Amino acid sequence: MEKESLKHLFQQEFSKMVAVISKSFGLQHIEIAEDIVSETFLQATETWETKGIPQHPTAWLYAVARQKTLYYFRRNKILETKIIPELTIMQEKDQEAQILNFSDENIKDSQLQMLFAICTPAIASEAQIGLALRILCGFGIDEIAEAFLSNKETINKRLFRAKEKLRTEKVQLELPSENEIANRLDNVLHVIYLLFSEGYYSKTQNQILRKDLCIEAMRLALMLTEYGRTNLPKTNALMALMCFHASRFSARQTVENTVILYEHQNTELWDKALINQGLYFLNLSAQGNEISSYHLEAKIAYGHCQKEDTPAKWEEILQLYNQLLLINYSPVVALNRTFALYKANGREVALIEAEKLKLENNHFYFILLAELYKNVDYEKVKRYLHKAHSLAKTQTEKQGIQEELDKLG
Amino acid sequence: MKDFMLLFRQPNYDYTNTSREEMQAIGKKWQDWVGGIAAQGKLVSHGPRLALEGKVLKAGGVITDGPFVEIREMLGSFILVKADSLEDATTLAHGCPAIDADGSVEIRPLFG
Repeated sequence: MEKESLKHLFQQEFSKMVAVISKSFGLQHIEIAEDIVSETFLQATETWETKGIPQHPTAWLYAVARQKTLYYFRRNKILETKIIPELTIMQEKDQEAQILNFSDENIKDSQLQMLFAICTPAIASEAQIGLALRILCGFGIDEIAEAFLSNKETINKRLFRAKEKLRTEKVQLELPSENEIANRLDNVLHVIYLLFSEGYYSKTQNQILRKDLCIEAMRLALMLTEYGRTNLPKTNALMALMCFHASRFSARQTVENTVILYEHQNTELWDKALINQGLYFLNLSAQGNEISSYHLEAKIAYGHCQKEDTPAKWEEILQLYNQLLLINYSPVVALNRTFALYKANGREVALIEAEKLKLENNHFYFILLAELYKNVDYEKVKRYLHKAHSLAKTQTEKQGIQEELDKLG
Repeated sequence: MKDFMLLFRQPNYDYTNTSREEMQAIGKKWQDWVGGIAAQGKLVSHGPRLALEGKVLKAGGVITDGPFVEIREMLGSFILVKADSLEDATTLAHGCPAIDADGSVEIRPLFG
């Protein structure tokens, strides 16, 4: 096995093993679980290098992790005093099997419970994403630091505080009760949404990392669709939204980061299979009466997956943005809505509305204004692009705006 | 910023002779107009629409059918917005489709 695929295997197994160990010994021991799993990987790397990779690498990992876990908890007497008394009386061998059960089913359950535990409202959302990346997606600290454009020390501190919070708040590894699950699910979906956005609109230039973030977010959402009580229309809507966005991932990479991104995309690069997958989930999301922001965003994203550039399409997108604004105002939605208004109802109407937005600190605002004055008022286009350039936060954005300025001559 | 209520009144809500396309156009006008306020981040909440029928109770237990017998314009719906002043709130009311239907928008500050 090559180094890359070994890294991939470890990343995949990390979250499973940490979830199962934490489920047996309690979330308060999550750091021990992480250490045990890391040690297991270290031992695997060393042993496999000399003896070759075993026939069933995951079974090997589970066996070693079990050994290390039982050793640790035995040594600390936690096993005898806390865990075993809670188990029904059984043969010693059965007890051990019950304590650390690496069956597919238990892995899945444990991961789902871990997802809900990490998305507890007690933890700030930035820390939730960090913790989700570490514990549920098996990302290394340096990768998380890169995704957040931060340093390892800051991330370590953030994760430490989040885990501290899990302890002090006595968060349990269990699914919320039937009544509570719908409420808690909103937060879980939101964290997955943020995780995906972190990858999709990421500050980092590392394309592999960005794609990984998106894939992991989709994997977590997929997990929720496979469990009856979390497989709700809004879960499917979020899944659809991510599929549609992800379908344009390759097309996005070559162009600059502006509000009018999709205009310049090479539609040949769109992933048709993902668009179809998105449609499948969009259909499933149409059951029931609830229209979440994910529903609206998924439909908008689907609109952007269609090549036709007709006023009718933009009219539909405009109405979706109107509805989305009623649920969720954000400057980005307001700007996108105004762009849709321009495409559906024309420049003059959109200009009047755009002037009212007054998002004077937002570089996208000035990019939009420049777009609206294109071929109408050369001086204004130039002025607004300069303004956008001075407000842009990243080098890529500045560069994209500079290219537009250069085109003006 | 303070909260204001915008109340929409129209003399007529009879759309029986209005074609489907026209109805859609009216719906779109409302959505675009409210969307414009929401895009400015100034929509507080979207009130319910009122049904046409109703009763009015007066002193002495007198009940009449509907408020529209005495008032030229009937209340149809309302929204809550936020604005710096009554003047700004009035500016937001411009372009309201109720005005196109010969109706009016009443702009009232909320206490508190």
